[in-house]
Amino acid sequence: MKFDTPATINPIDRLKVVGKPHPRVEGPLKTTGTARYAYERHDAVPDHAYGYIVPATIGKGRVLSIDTSRARRAPGVLAIVTAKDAGALGKGKYNTAKLLGGPEVQHYHQALAVVVADTFEQARWAASLVKVEYAREKGAFDLAAAKGSATKPGDDADSAVGDFAGAYAGAPVKLDATYTTPDQSHAMMEPHASIAAWEGDKVTIWTANQMIAWSKGDVAATLGLPKDNVRLISPYIGGGFGGKLFVRADALLAALGARAAKRPVAVTLPRPVMFNNTTHRPATIQRIRIGAGEDGKITAIGHESWSGDLKGGGPETAVNQTRLLYAGANRMTAMRLAVLDLPEGNAMRAPGEAPGLMALEIAIDEMAEKLKLDPVQFRILNDTQVDPEKPERPFSQRNFVQCMREGADRFGWKNRSSTPGTKRDGAWLVGMGVASAFRNNLVMKSGARVRLAADGTATVETDMTDIGTGSYTIIAQTAAEMLGLPIEKVVVKLGDSDFPVSAGSGGQWGGNSSTAGVYAACVKLRENVAKNLGLDPATAVFEEGKVSAGGRSLPLAQAAAKGEVVGEDTMEYGDLEKRFQQSTFGAHFVEVGVHAATGEIRVRRMLAVCAAGRILNPTSARSQVIGAMTMGVGAALMEELVVDKRLGFFVNHDLAGYEVPVHADIPHQEVVFLDETDPKSSPMKAKGVGELGICGVAAAIANAVYNATGVRVRDYPVTLDKLLRGLPTV
Amino acid sequence: MKPFTYERATSPAQAAAAAARTRNTKFIAGGTNLLDLMKIGVEEPDHLVDVNGLDLDTISKTDDGGLRIGALVRNTDLAADRIVRSDYAVLSRALLAGASGQLRNKATTAGNLLQRTRCPYFYDTHQACNKRLPGSGCAALGGFSRSHAIVGVSKACIAAHPSDMAVAMRLLDAKVETVQPDGKARSIPIADFYVLPGNTPNVENTLQPGELITAVTLPRPLGGTHVYHKVRDRASYAFALVSVAAVVQKDGSGRVALGGVAPEPWRVEAAEAELPQGAKAVTARLLAGAQTTQHNAMKVPLVERTLASVLAQAKG
Repeated sequence: MKFDTPATINPIDRLKVVGKPHPRVEGPLKTTGTARYAYERHDAVPDHAYGYIVPATIGKGRVLSIDTSRARRAPGVLAIVTAKDAGALGKGKYNTAKLLGGPEVQHYHQALAVVVADTFEQARWAASLVKVEYAREKGAFDLAAAKGSATKPGDDADSAVGDFAGAYAGAPVKLDATYTTPDQSHAMMEPHASIAAWEGDKVTIWTANQMIAWSKGDVAATLGLPKDNVRLISPYIGGGFGGKLFVRADALLAALGARAAKRPVAVTLPRPVMFNNTTHRPATIQRIRIGAGEDGKITAIGHESWSGDLKGGGPETAVNQTRLLYAGANRMTAMRLAVLDLPEGNAMRAPGEAPGLMALEIAIDEMAEKLKLDPVQFRILNDTQVDPEKPERPFSQRNFVQCMREGADRFGWKNRSSTPGTKRDGAWLVGMGVASAFRNNLVMKSGARVRLAADGTATVETDMTDIGTGSYTIIAQTAAEMLGLPIEKVVVKLGDSDFPVSAGSGGQWGGNSSTAGVYAACVKLRENVAKNLGLDPATAVFEEGKVSAGGRSLPLAQAAAKGEVVGEDTMEYGDLEKRFQQSTFGAHFVEVGVHAATGEIRVRRMLAVCAAGRILNPTSARSQVIGAMTMGVGAALMEELVVDKRLGFFVNHDLAGYEVPVHADIPHQEVVFLDETDPKSSPMKAKGVGELGICGVAAAIANAVYNATGVRVRDYPVTLDKLLRGLPTV
Repeated sequence: MKPFTYERATSPAQAAAAAARTRNTKFIAGGTNLLDLMKIGVEEPDHLVDVNGLDLDTISKTDDGGLRIGALVRNTDLAADRIVRSDYAVLSRALLAGASGQLRNKATTAGNLLQRTRCPYFYDTHQACNKRLPGSGCAALGGFSRSHAIVGVSKACIAAHPSDMAVAMRLLDAKVETVQPDGKARSIPIADFYVLPGNTPNVENTLQPGELITAVTLPRPLGGTHVYHKVRDRASYAFALVSVAAVVQKDGSGRVALGGVAPEPWRVEAAEAELPQGAKAVTARLLAGAQTTQHNAMKVPLVERTLASVLAQAKG
């Protein structure tokens, strides 16, 4: 099915199931421990062995020798695989560094070997006995130092409209400030884990992966197999945030270990290895210049961003939102990429916008202050209903101003003191901050198959994944709505590469795109059902388990009385996204307390108002947004992969050193969704929210800290040591 | 994890004797620190003596009006004890500022005293660390040292002691009771229990090989106002950047001890004479000769500011 004209009325608009706060359909499985995650698939793979990673312990250099003799003699050891004896390996399209290194070491904790043994403990002990000798090489580990050598990473790295330099020079009010964001880790709950089993030259991998089709291709490319010889199964995933978009070392090591040991092998990445072995959100240095008239209208806006990655990697696209968020006739953006020998940088929840807004939304706050304007008013004043770089291109839907107004009202923004450092509650300085939320809405081709059985149940099959987001539930709701069934009559099967290829979970496109694919499959199924029942497919109404047309009404199940009826299709997209800019919008409001003596920062309350198309399930959507807001608190106040610039690695590589928020950090969160639909996004009229929720949060907190203390911090995370000098004397 | 042998102790003296008999033995109680370190190869004992079954998990009053806390009393139980809450509130508060509910349920009084540092280079067995591997150097010096110590440090080691409970114990003049492999008991004032790193940061206390902690005793209650302020980046479940334990009397006299700034819970009795002069004077004495890095230099003003806040709070 092709979606190339805006949606009109369709069965989803009935909203009998879709749009309702249905609890997670797989929730009971998860709360009772019966939803088995990749590493727990002993049911599917009894008698598997365990593999343990041997990670590189230098930042850059070469392996001189790997001595496995002691390890081979250790109890229970079945096989040891290094690059030398792994056979020829390719590299996946989505990987920058090799998943099995050697002799070249590209980054710290790059896998150099896997040790397979009967038990996990034996494998771990034997892995510690593998002795690797290295020749260390000098690497580039410091983004600030490498900034001067950064190059333009592609034609779309820059954009320019009007005369930025002239307009900026002539602006009566202007800002020129530089901000930094650190490297960050996904730090999802479930570590990367896989079990691999071979049958001849075919491999099945039970894994934790967000993008089944991408990763099936990359496993095949890495192992030199035809795609058809690879099957990935990933029905339950304990969080991903972009860290599981790609095949990682666990899957490859399990496959190599299993081939060598001639037995299925399970490999998980130990938590202390995850931070340097897998991908991370790259650090940025961002320079923002804004010029405005005395009236508060932006006349010039410029945003430059520098980031680093391994050779062959890509930039953090931190200027994305600045191309679209605010009006202004004269504009420029530029991204530059330096080569760094740190672990591979890649996507993490809202890549581009998340770190980009961390900088831009402080700059906007600073600019509002220079203009003596309320920061909410300043943002509203510079709203645009068209793509400011291509004014002939309107937004498909943009209720940004409504988000700001609604949020300001609900949050009690009028009680904010515009003079920083003037509100006190006992030992605490209190401040409020606001930031815009913005994240593009991407639509991705997505397929599904729906089977109607004689008992009247429908089973949806798609390789879509549920990484904790609620995919199972919204897909069940979609099929139930389309077929006129109660949700209990729908079974959803996900995350198997034998199922139709879906959009997968990434870039906040999964919710809208995967349900649109299920919509397309249901349209096919409805046609087949109507035909079977001898009803007119064009006018057939599916309601309450019945199909009605031309005055006749028959039970839906009857269509499958002589055998199941199947509908399979893929939703594809035309050029609507080119003609209309599709984005999601929001406003984040935050109140913080800063201890006047110690500088401890504690968030007191948070509000997000989101405009993100139709909300398919308010419960799971809210869960996505509060999770993202929590992650934004981490980004604002604590998350930083600290680079040891001498040794070339992330030092704080466990969850005691890399702090993320705990419950005590998150006292009160409120989420409001504006009641909107976007007919240009898909027949679902929905958009993404999972990433919108993090966009801008950190800046809203930084702005609230400024409002509380008068100390402007431009280098994340905003920690108390950066405030001490500006706090009142004690 | 290195393979090891295991036995269950039948009595404190038997445990100590058993530990002395086998080379490279560790006692295991709650295991909240030791097991983690064994899994990543930082601790590699050949033999474990499990002391959990010993009858060392009660809290009782001592004849001189103090309190005897069994070595195996869990942190949760100690923090919730009625006498501790009323008479040694700073200890209860320090305990509750540490770890998480789950960890406190397992962690023991003696084990808490013996926690190892949280220096990230200590935890990464492929980095230089004189505490883990004597003579290998110190990667934290010149590396990332935000959480590290600023007083009592040496050129060999700048690791900080991570315990909150021990800070309160030091403040309260606790004594550590032990049994030695020969069955003899001894009592070590907590001021003499820890050892500064010097050239041997692998030696952290004065316990002899095989010596088992059986109890921690507290003298008579001090009265006064008890405060424990732990400063950290997140609200819970994090180690202290700095912490201040204080007992302040109505006349302004009192005691102060610090966490997060030294290789041991840090108290300088002479500094307490300055309490009437305020936080600045006390801090100057407490942190005299501080050796800071670019990452942890903020601990000096942070201690002073936190102490000022604690003293203000104690005044009410």
